[in-house]
Amino acid sequence: MSIRERLSGNEAVAYAMRQINPDVMGAFPITPSTEIPQYFAQYVADGLVDTEYVTVESEHSSMSTCIGAQAAGGRAVTATSSCGLALMFELLYVASSCRLPITLACVNRALSGPININNDHSDSMGARDAGWIQIYAETNQEAYDNFLQAMPIGENPAVRLPVMICQDGFITSHGVENIELLEDDKAKAFVGEYNPEHFLLKHENPLAVGPYDVTHYYMEHKIQQAEAMKAAKPVILQVAAEFEKLTGRKYGFFEAYRMEDAETALVLIGSSAGTARATVDKLRAEGKKVGMVKLRVFRPFPMEELAAALQHCKAVAVLDKAESFSAAGGPLFAETRSALYDLDSRPKAINYVYGLGGRDFTVDVAEYIFGQLDEIVTTGNTGEVYRHIGQREV
Amino acid sequence: MIRTAAEINEQTPWQELTPGGEIYEGGTARLTNTGDWRTQTPVFHADACKHCMLCVPFCPDSAIPVKDGERLDFDFMHCKGCGICVNACPFGAITMGKEGE
Amino acid sequence: MKNTNKPVEIRWHGRGGQGAKTACLLLADAAFSSGKYVQGFPEYGPERMGAPITAYNRISDERCPVHSNIYEPDYVVVVDETLLGAVDVTKGLSQDGAIIVNTSKTPEEVRPLLGGYNGKVCTIDARRISEETLGKNFPNTPMLAAAVKVSGVVEAEKFVSDMEASFHHKFAHKPQVITGNMAALTKSMKEVQVG
Repeated sequence: MSIRERLSGNEAVAYAMRQINPDVMGAFPITPSTEIPQYFAQYVADGLVDTEYVTVESEHSSMSTCIGAQAAGGRAVTATSSCGLALMFELLYVASSCRLPITLACVNRALSGPININNDHSDSMGARDAGWIQIYAETNQEAYDNFLQAMPIGENPAVRLPVMICQDGFITSHGVENIELLEDDKAKAFVGEYNPEHFLLKHENPLAVGPYDVTHYYMEHKIQQAEAMKAAKPVILQVAAEFEKLTGRKYGFFEAYRMEDAETALVLIGSSAGTARATVDKLRAEGKKVGMVKLRVFRPFPMEELAAALQHCKAVAVLDKAESFSAAGGPLFAETRSALYDLDSRPKAINYVYGLGGRDFTVDVAEYIFGQLDEIVTTGNTGEVYRHIGQREV
Repeated sequence: MIRTAAEINEQTPWQELTPGGEIYEGGTARLTNTGDWRTQTPVFHADACKHCMLCVPFCPDSAIPVKDGERLDFDFMHCKGCGICVNACPFGAITMGKEGE
Repeated sequence: MKNTNKPVEIRWHGRGGQGAKTACLLLADAAFSSGKYVQGFPEYGPERMGAPITAYNRISDERCPVHSNIYEPDYVVVVDETLLGAVDVTKGLSQDGAIIVNTSKTPEEVRPLLGGYNGKVCTIDARRISEETLGKNFPNTPMLAAAVKVSGVVEAEKFVSDMEASFHHKFAHKPQVITGNMAALTKSMKEVQVG
């Protein structure tokens, strides 16, 4: 029997952290992730966890703390948002190249500038090439479930990569919704113990972590990371299958919603997927063959699987909650369109950059985009590929 | 798979390198023949040496071995020929010569 | 309460620091306790004491997937009546719904301030009730009670008993507050005027 509760996404992640009882938390506050270390500090003060709670002076240091702790053989966690993640940038690469499976709760917020505290995905999308596994949540429930799956994925000896568990700032992080929680013993058993083969505090053999790599070695180690990211794919599915056995909640690389016979579809990430789902239901009730793909795992990117899910569509719109200033579309669009290239016959694809800095994404907006896809299907003309939506304009 | 540093070199394929370049032993710098970089060579004059040991800590490459309280001739596998020891020696027991002479 | 799968949508208007967000989350708590699926979320911006803020509830029998703000609420709760001139509080408000305003005025006196809104106008003097029962101006509890009474999203008796249990839990170390809050709650449910 699971525990029925109502929690915000931040509470849910802090709750999962308490159940895991990690060895070290590198703690530095930044809106909207601040509540995670705040709730966790209460657990520490109440003696509910024996985590070493390290308050540091910056996110550069919180990630450094995690790197040191994880290399020493401990389990390290942290939480951050926006500029905090940006300040960790250098260390994100160190963590992944040292193959340290740190878990980071990223509460997505727009990056400055202009300074803004609301949600978009520019922070984690900016870190998409840092060698971290990235898993995104639609709801508080998914943020909790994904956090519990992070360590079994990242710590798998075939993977050994850090994991970023992302959720939408304020929308899910501060929104209270119903949630089903696992009992402590079940959560703990699912996550299991961290038993790395090599760690700094293992007295039997000395270890050096992160040595200088001359040209003759650097590329080989980068290929190892790339291979680890490939190896993460089956592990992510295997961990999801075990999680489903435990909870009945099904997870994969993405959720294909009413896609079987869909002629047009949206591809998107995060809390907006709920709004898109409601739109699909509405349009389906009107007899329209529409669907949605909600991407859960962005790194590793499920190239073949996503192409297979979209291959029967006539037109798809890929929605990016981040600008990449490529002058050709956002990051999710670049990946998705690249995935479609391998299909013999492929849907037409357009990109909408939306929801920047907290700009709301509504059923009306989603419906409008489906209307645009209908027009592409009818006319056979894709028109402008790289579009924005939700902005004021003349 | 534990691979010692001695088993890894610039021909090792990526599949056989340790994850993230981890090194599972200490003192692996000993394996690198930095003596190969030398263009000038220190010459040890044992008869002039008082074994005061001043040269030993000055050597940046730990290339002056000491045994039973006496310094021995240079470890030429690691000596880079920087000549710092020549300046450290108060007794003229070390001089510099051209490599290969 | 409407008998469809569509959630009941409520929009709260308050000023930073007055507790409109807390009231919104308390309503989510109360609805959760009565077995509903809930959403309670504020519209965030920089923290500014006294600036107008908005918070939202969706309450339904099934999980509501929509994660946008609410533009066509069934109910609007105005925690501070000085907002009536400053914010378009009835914007998008369903004519079949209601607006609940914290004021000492009657519904007839408030209606002309609502830009031609034709639905139900309800008033509650949360400030006075709070001062009488809690000794201070904490309009949260009476506003929450009025919102429950008017919207019917939670069955009234169940709400009162759940809130009592929740106060006992929350204020275990200062029981005198429990009596005051319960008095505020029941008084507000009795006094709310529907016009």
